[in-house]
Amino acid sequence: MRPNYLVQPRSIMEVALFIPCYIDQFYPDVAKATLELLEKLGCKVSYPMDQTCCGQPMANSGFERDTDGTTRQFIETFKNFDYIVAPSGSCVLHIKEHQPAISEQEEEQKTVQSKVYELSEFLTDVLKVGTIEGSFPHKIGFHSSCHGQRGLRLSSSSELNEAPFSKAKDLFAGIKDLELVELSRKDECCGFGGTFAVSEEALSVQMGKDRLSDHLSHQVEIICGGDTSCLMHLQGIAERNNQPVKFMHLAEILNQAIS
Amino acid sequence: MSHPSQAANFLKDEKRAHWHDETLWFVREKRDIASKNIPEWEELRKLASGIKDHVLSKLDYYLEELEQKASANGIKVHWAKDAEEHNEIVWSILKEKKCKAIVKSKSILTEECHLNPYLEKRGVEVVDTDLGERIVQFLKQPPSHIVLPAIHLKKGDISEIFHEKLQTEKGNEDPVYLTHAARKHLRDKFMAAKVAITGVNFAIPETGEFVVCTNEGNADMGVHLADVHIACMGIEKIIPRRADLGIFLRLLARSATGQSITNYNSHFRSPAPGKEIHLILVDNGRTKQLKREKFKNSLKCIRCGACMNTCPIYRRSGGYSYGSTVPGPIGSILSPGIDVKKYSTLPFASTLCGSCSDVCPVKINIHEQLYEWRQEITKAQGWSTKGLSMKMANGIFTSPLAYKISGKLLRASLKNLPKSVIYNPLNAWGKNRDLPEVPKESFKEWYLKNRS
Repeated sequence: MRPNYLVQPRSIMEVALFIPCYIDQFYPDVAKATLELLEKLGCKVSYPMDQTCCGQPMANSGFERDTDGTTRQFIETFKNFDYIVAPSGSCVLHIKEHQPAISEQEEEQKTVQSKVYELSEFLTDVLKVGTIEGSFPHKIGFHSSCHGQRGLRLSSSSELNEAPFSKAKDLFAGIKDLELVELSRKDECCGFGGTFAVSEEALSVQMGKDRLSDHLSHQVEIICGGDTSCLMHLQGIAERNNQPVKFMHLAEILNQAIS
Repeated sequence: MSHPSQAANFLKDEKRAHWHDETLWFVREKRDIASKNIPEWEELRKLASGIKDHVLSKLDYYLEELEQKASANGIKVHWAKDAEEHNEIVWSILKEKKCKAIVKSKSILTEECHLNPYLEKRGVEVVDTDLGERIVQFLKQPPSHIVLPAIHLKKGDISEIFHEKLQTEKGNEDPVYLTHAARKHLRDKFMAAKVAITGVNFAIPETGEFVVCTNEGNADMGVHLADVHIACMGIEKIIPRRADLGIFLRLLARSATGQSITNYNSHFRSPAPGKEIHLILVDNGRTKQLKREKFKNSLKCIRCGACMNTCPIYRRSGGYSYGSTVPGPIGSILSPGIDVKKYSTLPFASTLCGSCSDVCPVKINIHEQLYEWRQEITKAQGWSTKGLSMKMANGIFTSPLAYKISGKLLRASLKNLPKSVIYNPLNAWGKNRDLPEVPKESFKEWYLKNRS
């Protein structure tokens, strides 16, 4: 049987790709995978060349008021697209909740904020792909990034009394031979936290080590997540300590599985 | 001392820090089980949050009603605008009663007001009767957690303290043995005290009564044996009606320890014949916090401690790393309201993971307030090199060309500089972490070549 996103014809979605600055500079493969995946799923994808950063690093350090220029640039770049999709829950949350109000652009800003989506959210809620079908014969651990999970509610939160759900895990459900492990602490923070990673270096590293050992004690081959920033932090610690585990963004796994 | 250096200190003993993390995680898991046994848990949180919002919006009205009804019940009501006034009121009552020894059950407010050292200076023996509090009192330490005051200590530590202070057998770590020794020791103190001090968990204007929740029954023991009961409460501790208690008592213990209810929930309404009850209503900065639109709902807190147990930072840095009476996430949004300079590192002691807000039984948006305090603190600090670099970053991200050039420069320098320069001691990232491998081109460069 053909997967339902190939069976049902649909009007072509025009999507603008927002690639967070650190992914642009350090993880171009994650950006390429996101682009290819969206195209395989029938979207017409553009990458507006004037994009820079969402402003989160400054705002989370207490300088939201100094991000008006960055925010204005973001609105100008993306205001004319139907959808804006980013492979990062954290940046999307920032755009939705913490970009400062830009005077005389209130309406445009509101519209931009309402049409920006994290990748798994876009696949699930807008494209409604259900699950992705393909094959990926590996044992993986999924790291639920906090901003995606508790900010955008991409998956249920272990603190709340609610029915369990996870948009990423639903997408994985149709992939053959992909084994997803159940972690001991389902959704604890990895300790990245933006500038926290350097201002509270000791804590940040300890949190990362603890998160890694949860994954490693379940013998995962690959740690996967929807936010490359968390993965960069965990990978940095794993490599320093010669721990044998690979890191892949959700987009990379879905893109590989589907082909 | 700043939070980062205190945390680094705590983490030096990696084994003990790991034990601390596991111990508090165990409490968090008990809380998860207890809260998930109640289908209407989220509904209860919503109701409790709504009731507290309502109380804060009419606090003046409810406080006056409380004063009136409590006075009619025979309770003597006092008003204290700050810690000093609070301590003076307590001292004046003790002087009048010629009381030189008091027993106290757990009250974070009296910690906040530094009542113990104030009274000790005046020759009064203060005995904290909560077991955990008595233990930290022996060490001359404040509580490291608002519900579990001695959670940072292990059985072995307590055995040593008791051996020194209560002459228990050296090396005997049996919890039952140690608890019995404490019980015997405290019994003598209870019998001798003419005045007992307690905190207040909930005050009810409708009936003019207040409720004190403990697990050990120490508040009741102290109060019933003494002639005078002094109850100290922050003015935010109000719930309008006795009927509302059903919501809060169900939330409190489950959130705090995973118990379905605290063992003793004692209502105090009128003094017994020949006895006195004093109720001190303390502001100490609360009305100031109430005026701050973004931060006022921090006053909804019912002091369950759940945000501490869930916080990945608190669990790995310990209560003392915060240097404030109330530690952890809730402390980090309350303390800057008291002294923004002294507590300036606390709102940054978070990854903004949001677990505290999801665990909070009265739905305080703790992590959002941490973010908002960061904005206030950088304003209060004025000029800084960090501020300047943020302004420069904004300049770079405003201009696509400047972004492109600086990104290229950054990647080029990371690729070409020797490792000893990249991993120098000033580079906090690289101390215990590798940097990502530097790609030969950015996505933007690739896209330009291949797609446009």
